[in-house]
Amino acid sequence: MTSDFLLALAQAVTKGLLTGMVYGLMALGLSVIFGVMRVVNFAHGEMMVIGMYLAWMGFEYLELSPLLSLPLIAALFFAAGYVLQRGLISPFIGRPEHQQFLLLLAVAILLVNAALAIAGPDSRGVQMDSQFDSYELGPLVFDAVRLHAALAAVAIAALLWLFFTRTRIGKSIRAAADNHMGALVVGLDVRRLYALTFGVGAACVGAAGALMITIIPVTPFLAGEYTLLAFVIVIVGGLGSMTGALLGGLLIGVSEAVAGLLLQPSLKSMFSFGLLILLLLLRPQGLFGKSSP
Amino acid sequence: MSLARRLIADAPPRTLWSLAVLLVLLLLAPMVLGKYWLSVLILILYFAYVGQAWNIMMGFAGQLSLGHALYAGLGGYIAAGLFFHYGVGPWAGLFAAIAAAVLAGAIVGYLGFRFSLAGVYFALLTIAFSEFTRIAFDHWTWAGGSGGLFLKVESGIDIANLRGGPPLFYYVILALAVGAFLLCRALLESRLGRYWLAIREDAEAAQAVGVPVLRCKLAAIMISAGLTALAGVWNAFYYNNLFPETAFAMGRSIEITLAPIIGGLGTLFGPFVGAVVLTGLGEAFTDLGEAFGIPGIKQIFYGLALLAIVIWRPAGVWPWLAGKLGVAGRPS
Repeated sequence: MTSDFLLALAQAVTKGLLTGMVYGLMALGLSVIFGVMRVVNFAHGEMMVIGMYLAWMGFEYLELSPLLSLPLIAALFFAAGYVLQRGLISPFIGRPEHQQFLLLLAVAILLVNAALAIAGPDSRGVQMDSQFDSYELGPLVFDAVRLHAALAAVAIAALLWLFFTRTRIGKSIRAAADNHMGALVVGLDVRRLYALTFGVGAACVGAAGALMITIIPVTPFLAGEYTLLAFVIVIVGGLGSMTGALLGGLLIGVSEAVAGLLLQPSLKSMFSFGLLILLLLLRPQGLFGKSSP
Repeated sequence: MSLARRLIADAPPRTLWSLAVLLVLLLLAPMVLGKYWLSVLILILYFAYVGQAWNIMMGFAGQLSLGHALYAGLGGYIAAGLFFHYGVGPWAGLFAAIAAAVLAGAIVGYLGFRFSLAGVYFALLTIAFSEFTRIAFDHWTWAGGSGGLFLKVESGIDIANLRGGPPLFYYVILALAVGAFLLCRALLESRLGRYWLAIREDAEAAQAVGVPVLRCKLAAIMISAGLTALAGVWNAFYYNNLFPETAFAMGRSIEITLAPIIGGLGTLFGPFVGAVVLTGLGEAFTDLGEAFGIPGIKQIFYGLALLAIVIWRPAGVWPWLAGKLGVAGRPS
């Protein structure tokens, strides 16, 4: 009895950890954008859903596995993010928050309804060959799809870390985030760096979408939920902190899975929001954030 | 100086006359307008009213709330629940509704402001409280759970229980909108109103010169929440149904913020102008969307319109319109 329960718990935790890595990658995009530009991307969940739809289309019409279409989607999202920042968001940097909010809300409405107009309201899923495969580790069973998605998410996060710590552009972006004026003084092209950052953040969420479609089917109505989920994760982890976003993703993934096991599944997000409220009050800079906001 | 005097002090006579004419037209409207146009006017007044309530927090005191559905939802649920379960009419129930929303506002505000959360962080806290409550109501059987709470639709007019047709609800929301407008005008002229503006512009400087910042912010959120609760009560009895998925939805909160942002944050006429623009666009695009027959097309037009407004009129439509009309008042 107890050992059965413990096994179920361990299974839920594993499942939560694997999903949580994809959540983490999604939240990473939001965190990078906020950390550098101080702009909250209210269209984040909508971008995630677009990523999921693109991967579904690749699978449905071109018979491309989402893991293979992922680099294409990420590249497309990077370009779209770059253009979006350059053309639309750039003048709003440093403006009052409600104006940024309205701007990105309009973008969100356009994205999600474009998806609705093109793909319709039905849920669209991807049936992969590896759908029912699993790996076993002792008594624990890992879904193959979930494990692959999680590993891909970790690999992308590692690439991102290399980009920000090892490349010249990545370091410049961090410099601009640390000290906007200083970056201008030493002659960095901050506008271009911001556009690159938005591109990188968008690529993250696009890639996360391509991974997420292998785990659950997509509908336009998921967009708002993902926006909220990404907010919860980055606040829990610390807005602007990369490790925070990843660990926050794991924490929320696990807490959702465990709450789904112990309580009713529909109560699982109440748990996340409760956690968010506690954290905002006790440690608003997040678990891994450095300075107070 | 009496209150009435203070309210109209230094308003140009032309503005007062225009407002009087507008009010008379609005009072006569149900006798002239057909069912459809009356429903559009009702929507406009509803958004103007909740917008005015939200504007107190954001436009006056500078605190961004993206969770006002919490107060509207609580208000609606409490008044409707009291009526549904115990037959307590809404005129009595609204006191409980307001009390609950003011309390909720005080809790959110105290926790948020006490820990000096500001900007995005405070906004996310308000979203979190609203979402938390949504899920709680999903599982609360007294309030009908996720299946919703329904009020009996009765024919005939029963003003004591706020049962009746659209004209009744029209006059109620008109009275609320006019009342909120006057209240906001009075608040802006008061010491508290001046404190709010000081806090909005620079909270630290306000604190330094002795403005009781925490108390003023709390006053803003509590007044705003109480007013919003009334809109929730009205909404519940107008539509006769309540679902947690819609009453506490983030979409509902966002809806509340749009009219004042589009109309002009911190202005008295902004919420009205914004409500006219948004409802007008919404209705026009509904027709257009039906002509196309594609799901989501209405919202795409709506999104494009929002985008255009925020790009070309970031400070809102009213300040620009006021300039055009030559009625630009003192900037608040």
